[in-house]
Amino acid sequence: MKTILAALALSTALVLPGLALARPVTLTTTLNNYGGNGAYLAFYVSDASGAYMGSLWMAGGKSKYYGHLTDWHRVTAGDLSQINGITGASVGAGRRLEITLDLADALFDAGYTLHIDAAVEDMRESPNEVAVPLTTDGAGNSVRGRRYIADFNYSM
Amino acid sequence: MIRALHRWPGLLAFVLLTILAVSGAALSVFPAAERLSVPQAAAELNVAELAERIHAAYPGVEQIRRAPSGKVTVYWFDQGAPGAAVIDPATGQGVSSADPNPIQRWLTRLHRSLFLGDGGRIAMAAGALAMLVLSVSGAILVARRAGGWRRWFARLRGPLPGRVHVEIARVAVFGLALSAATALWMTASTFDLLPDGGATQALPTEVSGETGVALAAIPTLSVVPVMELRALNFPYPGDETDVFTLKTDGGTGYLDQGTGALLGWNDLTVWERVSETIYMLHTGQGASLLGLVLGLMALGIPVMGATGLAIWLAGRRGRPRIRGNQPAGKAETILLVGSESGSTWGFAATLHRTLSAAGQRVHVASMAAFDSLRYARGQRIIILAATYGDGDAPASARGFLDRLAGLDHAPDMPLAVLGFGERSFPAYCAFAEQVVAIAGEKGWSMLLPFDTIDRQSPQEFARWGHRLGAALDIQLELIHEMVLPETQTLRLISREDYGSEVQAPTTILRFSMPGASLWQRLMGKGFERFDAGDLLGILPEVSTVPRLYSLASSRKDGFVEIVVKKHPSGLCSGQLTALEPGDTVTAFIRHNPVFKPGRGSKPLILIGAGTGIAPLAGMIRGNTRHRPIHLYFGMRHPASDYLYGEDLARWQKDGRLAHLATAVSRGEQPNYVQDALRAEGAELSRLVRDGARVMVCGGRDMAAGVAGVLAELLAPDGLTPIGMKAEGRYVEDVY
Repeated sequence: MKTILAALALSTALVLPGLALARPVTLTTTLNNYGGNGAYLAFYVSDASGAYMGSLWMAGGKSKYYGHLTDWHRVTAGDLSQINGITGASVGAGRRLEITLDLADALFDAGYTLHIDAAVEDMRESPNEVAVPLTTDGAGNSVRGRRYIADFNYSM
Repeated sequence: MIRALHRWPGLLAFVLLTILAVSGAALSVFPAAERLSVPQAAAELNVAELAERIHAAYPGVEQIRRAPSGKVTVYWFDQGAPGAAVIDPATGQGVSSADPNPIQRWLTRLHRSLFLGDGGRIAMAAGALAMLVLSVSGAILVARRAGGWRRWFARLRGPLPGRVHVEIARVAVFGLALSAATALWMTASTFDLLPDGGATQALPTEVSGETGVALAAIPTLSVVPVMELRALNFPYPGDETDVFTLKTDGGTGYLDQGTGALLGWNDLTVWERVSETIYMLHTGQGASLLGLVLGLMALGIPVMGATGLAIWLAGRRGRPRIRGNQPAGKAETILLVGSESGSTWGFAATLHRTLSAAGQRVHVASMAAFDSLRYARGQRIIILAATYGDGDAPASARGFLDRLAGLDHAPDMPLAVLGFGERSFPAYCAFAEQVVAIAGEKGWSMLLPFDTIDRQSPQEFARWGHRLGAALDIQLELIHEMVLPETQTLRLISREDYGSEVQAPTTILRFSMPGASLWQRLMGKGFERFDAGDLLGILPEVSTVPRLYSLASSRKDGFVEIVVKKHPSGLCSGQLTALEPGDTVTAFIRHNPVFKPGRGSKPLILIGAGTGIAPLAGMIRGNTRHRPIHLYFGMRHPASDYLYGEDLARWQKDGRLAHLATAVSRGEQPNYVQDALRAEGAELSRLVRDGARVMVCGGRDMAAGVAGVLAELLAPDGLTPIGMKAEGRYVEDVY
């Protein structure tokens, strides 16, 4: 189990004017035993129209592999400044990643969607592995990913 | 310097490199196995056709990937469930699972990071760097040992570990250097130290907004052969802004999902191309045959590590501690040592001990430490010098010649030089000779004439000691005790006596094989591995100095046979020739790899006189494959000392000996083996031209005479015994 505490880990795009209020949100991601090397995971948010808003976390340290997180790479054009200071290690098969972030209140119940892209060496890329709307009611609900994520939820 | 640069990284990285090599060799098999096992696409198949087939079989297809081995993998979603399979390009249908091979994955992680993440990657990269340093320094050492880069593949001589080490190295070094250099590049790339990351893709912003183009109607796909395909990504269902993404060997392109038009294209950057080529060279993915070759070469690493360790240990073991060494400024006798493997240090220690016991103050140092200004009370300098390779300075004498040549005038104390070497090498004692030559140019006065010791002979060393004692006016008995191998007891089975009528009493002694322990059997140690031409060391009673005799039999024969001539005052020969069947001696095997017939079917010219017949007879006895052997044998009188006379006649009859010529030195027309050679000169030079190998065994005068005659006979063909020695085609066993 990994617990990562980030005091203010919002990328600049998410710090909108007037978003002074924030609360700690814990993202818990458990991977299934897919039988491969550590997974790279990109956590990011899009708005109601589907446009990229900002990144929350990047699990995986080597930028040369970020291209395999295809959706994230597509919407950010691989811009490393999007994840400056919010990267960690990749997550092994069967392991759990827990990230606690201070997220702006305005992100919830406003049509924003949290996406996770996943990629594993020599295995299929899984963009949009998880896509969940950010709502106060949705907190604590478990979601299953498409290929690698056995269980994902966010709690406040 | 180069030597240290080879030794220390080698010793330190031995374990790491062994893990790297063995895992790398195991991994090298996978690309080849994959190449052979997966169904290959037909050469004329294009991507559009392949994509159609796959789309028909897997309507939810998301991505098609093609590995350099030709393996085509399809990833799809079927009602929200992901799937993947390796497919047959001919049908589009799945043939096997796309999951990575767990063994290959385990090996890969071990190979690149020892399962230790980035720290392990850095450790393995350090291993690769050590390998690169070892390859370069090793290559320089091989060239130096062989006598130049052009003689890279010259025949090797010397002890077995060294030969095995170099034999493997000079083939494998190319592959190892390539694997190491590419590994370093890949590590640098992994850690983002190289600008070879994928170019930031300029995604098309304008799309038609339509969907549903037929794959066959996309012109770009129908012109790309499957052979060049790397990946084809399908647009997300329901996302009309998405596009087809096509990756080929040339670059990446985007295709409109409504019109099929090519919306943009990015070529691979030069850096990406270089990195991909390097990846291919290292992993063998896309070059499976090269991968197998590199894997095979990598297997040389554990062997080179073990032999390298053996060479290093032998060098250390051979160098004894000098007790009571005097400071350079206080000693009367300065003893300088130029040693390669350490054996010359043993002689220096003996000389130091004996001189000290005679009341001398002696300073022992390496020749590299030579400094004439430090020897304030020095009265003489004695140099004991071995030779490295083709006449180079041995390890502990580096820089000596330059320093000597740089002196204004020779030191005003006399010099004695003793060279150590093996006569079978073309550059016998060549370094010691250079020392003498430069000392002569400098006008350095000599205490003793230059002398040499062949094959660490304790007897020759003792004789030289007498001469040194005479020069110093002291009684000097140099008793050099070699580091003896394990000895065993041999029991005499039979003896045959010859030559007493011609004042050359000679006996062929045949001993039974001693029993061997399981360890000796497994390791081929002791008497479990020997051939005619190897040496039998005999420890005479009341002496610790062994005498060496050439073996006239091999392990296969099932007995141990030597030929001994009784010397009037010889301690060992006296004891041996007095043995009766049932008596025992203490003995050991000393391998003599230089004096062997070698493999091959080229003719052998064996030349010997007297007891020199022993190894030659053993080789003929073992010649069951009927290689053409021509024997020239000199004796005193056929009625008295015709050693192996009956055997030779029998061997000639059954084809083991092709031709026999004898020379008889007593009688009406005294004839020496040189005369026999000259009489058949035309035939001999023809044999040598055809690649025959010459082996000479006998006394020193006879060997010199034979070399002289052969030099005359071969001169018209532009061949010389010295040149043939350098090629390893002319070998001597001289005593």
